[in-house]
Amino acid sequence: MVLLRLFFSFIQVGLFSVGGGYAAIPLIQNQIVEVHKLMTLEEFTDLITIAEMTPGPISINSATFVGNRLAGVTGAVICTLGCVLPSFFICLALAYVYYKYRSVSGVQTVLGALRPAVVALIASAGLSILMLGLFQAEASEIVLSDFRVIEFLLFAGGLFILRKYKVNAIAIIFGTGVVGTLAYSLMP
Amino acid sequence: MDKKEEKEGILWKLFWAMFALSACTFGGGFVIVSLMKKKYVEELGWLKEDEMLDITAIAQSSPGPIPINASVILGYRMRGIIGALVAILGTALPPMIIITLISFFYVEFRSNPVISVALQVMRAGVAAVIFDVVINLAGNVWKTKRVFYIGLMIAAFIAKIVFGVSAMAVIFCCLAAGFLDLFLDMGKSGKEA
Repeated sequence: MVLLRLFFSFIQVGLFSVGGGYAAIPLIQNQIVEVHKLMTLEEFTDLITIAEMTPGPISINSATFVGNRLAGVTGAVICTLGCVLPSFFICLALAYVYYKYRSVSGVQTVLGALRPAVVALIASAGLSILMLGLFQAEASEIVLSDFRVIEFLLFAGGLFILRKYKVNAIAIIFGTGVVGTLAYSLMP
Repeated sequence: MDKKEEKEGILWKLFWAMFALSACTFGGGFVIVSLMKKKYVEELGWLKEDEMLDITAIAQSSPGPIPINASVILGYRMRGIIGALVAILGTALPPMIIITLISFFYVEFRSNPVISVALQVMRAGVAAVIFDVVINLAGNVWKTKRVFYIGLMIAAFIAKIVFGVSAMAVIFCCLAAGFLDLFLDMGKSGKEA
């Protein structure tokens, strides 16, 4: 019945991780490493590294990884299900309320102040990723001499193409991946 | 009959759009939100820009992974509860498939030099996409010509980048500012009446 216990563990992770991926890491660590002892701390660190390198939310990545290890694909599905269940019910309720009342003018006034904040948050996420790309460091600890010209050219080129032609965003992301990898293999 | 086919068509489109977006969201919740904005607002025209920003705020302040939260709301908007389920499936499947494949040979994956270079340079592409979206969004806030909104945007950006205030705290402060705006508004119209 480890699987059932793990299902409830991931429900807790889904329920109490407010504010995105990094908030979930200590919760997952507590459940997987400390409570259930399914992984050593070292293995868990490896898992976080892989989760950061691959697409997708960290909690889904860890749920899949842990579930797979315990009971193959069934385990992965059960753990992931636990992880998304709270989101499903809570956001469904919020979506219902939002679409019921959003046309009320007072609600529009309140939401109006929220939108500039969201724009700012998206901008700061963009800046963090850019700094990570250009200097391979967090925004607060960049060293100017680490500046990477290839990444800068990829960024500038990608942005130019996006602004000038209506290109698919996914094509741009994979395009920079291919061109950048080629560029690094040609000039080491 | 035609209507039913159209409904199924939207579900398929929703599934594949979520699947594709989720398969390339390196780097956290706000990345997928930028991609969703490009896809659903600019390409497909399913949503208004304001709506997408509201969905982002709700997704950020609810518990659970942001991409999952956003897909539940977006799916519900398009096709009710079935839409929400389809959107969750589309969002959750790519990381599940990728992690399952990688877990068989993760030591090799982690130390492969080509993969690590590719992942590093792709950040530049992700940043370009987010900046493209931000230029449009910030331009629209600017066009409202309300000092209140422009000020909030700049203050929120500085709070996050310079002072490291959490995204949740930024959203709740701006929510409070929104209520203040509402009360001032009601006070004004009360006097006029």
